[in-house]
Amino acid sequence: MAIPKVLGIETEYGIAGGPELDPIMASSIIVNAYAQRGRTRVNWDFEGETPELDARGLPSLTSFAPIVETHLANTVLTNGARLYVDHAHPEYSSPECRTPFEATLYDAAGEEVMRRALLVANESLPTHQAITLYKNNSDGKGNSYGTHENYLLTRTVEFGHVVRAMVPHFVSRQIVVGAGKVGAETKYGLESDPAFQLSQRAEFFEEIVGLETTLKRPIINTRDEPHADAERFRRLHVIIGDANMSQVATMVKLGATALLLSVLEDRGPDVFPSPPRHPVQAVRAFALDTTLTRTVPCEDGRQRSAWDFQDELWHLANDYAHLYGGQAVAAEDEVRVILVQWREMLDGVRDDADAVADRVDWVAKLRILHGYQGRYELGEGDAKLRAIDLQYHDLRAERSLAQRVGLRSLFDPDEVREAVHNPPSSTRAYFRGQCVARYPDQIVAANWDSVVFDLGQGPLQRVPMMDPLRGTAALTKDLLETSPTADDLLERLDR
Amino acid sequence: MTEQERIQKQRTERAAPVHDDVSVDVTKGDQLKADLDDLLDEIDEVLEENAEEFVRNYIQKGGE
Repeated sequence: MAIPKVLGIETEYGIAGGPELDPIMASSIIVNAYAQRGRTRVNWDFEGETPELDARGLPSLTSFAPIVETHLANTVLTNGARLYVDHAHPEYSSPECRTPFEATLYDAAGEEVMRRALLVANESLPTHQAITLYKNNSDGKGNSYGTHENYLLTRTVEFGHVVRAMVPHFVSRQIVVGAGKVGAETKYGLESDPAFQLSQRAEFFEEIVGLETTLKRPIINTRDEPHADAERFRRLHVIIGDANMSQVATMVKLGATALLLSVLEDRGPDVFPSPPRHPVQAVRAFALDTTLTRTVPCEDGRQRSAWDFQDELWHLANDYAHLYGGQAVAAEDEVRVILVQWREMLDGVRDDADAVADRVDWVAKLRILHGYQGRYELGEGDAKLRAIDLQYHDLRAERSLAQRVGLRSLFDPDEVREAVHNPPSSTRAYFRGQCVARYPDQIVAANWDSVVFDLGQGPLQRVPMMDPLRGTAALTKDLLETSPTADDLLERLDR
Repeated sequence: MTEQERIQKQRTERAAPVHDDVSVDVTKGDQLKADLDDLLDEIDEVLEENAEEFVRNYIQKGGE
């Protein structure tokens, strides 16, 4: 049976400016700026219901020898997220969320965290060293950085079945959730010399399956690091995706993928459309085709376009939701919204792109490009067009084109502000975020599956969280609210 | 609590939270055409002054 699709997004932001134009230093400045300022802004307002606590849901306590990590720019936020420097980029890894809608909210909160960090950092820098951030995935010069999704799967699903089932989706979903890109930048892409591609990332993929993320990027990543009980869980680490500015696109990207993974868990791989014979060529070819008519040969002998794949996959997910319910992904209403939006976007990109220009990033971006190009009669290689591409993803309000193009929003600013400070209540991120907010001075480290306390005497104490669905508000809110100190908390957990 | 109740309770807790307000704001769509014209009118004020230099200087190290 399909297990709850706990999920989240990690985003490496593009970064420019800073002292000596050093991206690692600039990224550290961003993360540290937020870490220092963020702590004073912890929201302590926890009024409201006090659900009954089920102590049997609590993690057990163990001690362990002190291991102190000393990464300077690596912090856990009160909303359960991780904010750190990864390579030469600031990265926000969202807290584990229970539904696509919730994960989209925490992705939006990540943008807001970065915007605040940017403001604080730039207050202390001279104007000529000001830092800028971009929620995109490439610099147009052959360098790419990732937006990775994570989905919880049951360990009983064979990895080979994940590959069999999901390749058709990962090569074709870009027609709905691609962020769009001016030009090309890899050897393969430059051969075709396109004016525009549907996806930022497609041309960087070189393998079908593999462990790499920076070289020979695979469509299906094999990293087997569940950050949870490995006997029970897998984590599917999806590296083939674009950072979306459109919240609806983020929700559909997560929702469609989570639904299809649930189909796989409940019905197996054979119900999925036959994969392309050459998936790497397919994902690149689909990215180059804004007419959405290009077809590729599949293993069953048929030819399919990216649209054909998405249409079959939508029907698969829709039938599944009707027959099995979509409870593994979200409540009924939310599943319906995901399916309706996915369908509208899919029909829109083929039949009436303007109708979905308020949801599909590549369509929204292409409209600006065409509009600007038409008005000023610019050639394809004009730097202004590349500037439009970059500034579509610019996080600064005064420079952002995404903020000006009329994208639909899913949340009002208050909800996003709330999510900047407070964790989702539905996963262990609740316990992590609450501990960081309530006992910051007693926590020496926290990661996805544990929180480590230093009470000042005795060994460090590690609270493991091997099940992403424990540590929820329902299970731990009362305990946390009635434990004024970390000592109280640990004493009661130990009991 | 009996074992049965406990399992039932766990199931309930593990069920997806219901968001009352999962909806997509549809009012913006109709405005889109007018918005694009407005955006193109003001876009030169939003774009970096020296596009060529801006684009040339945007160089990232690979990540992930």
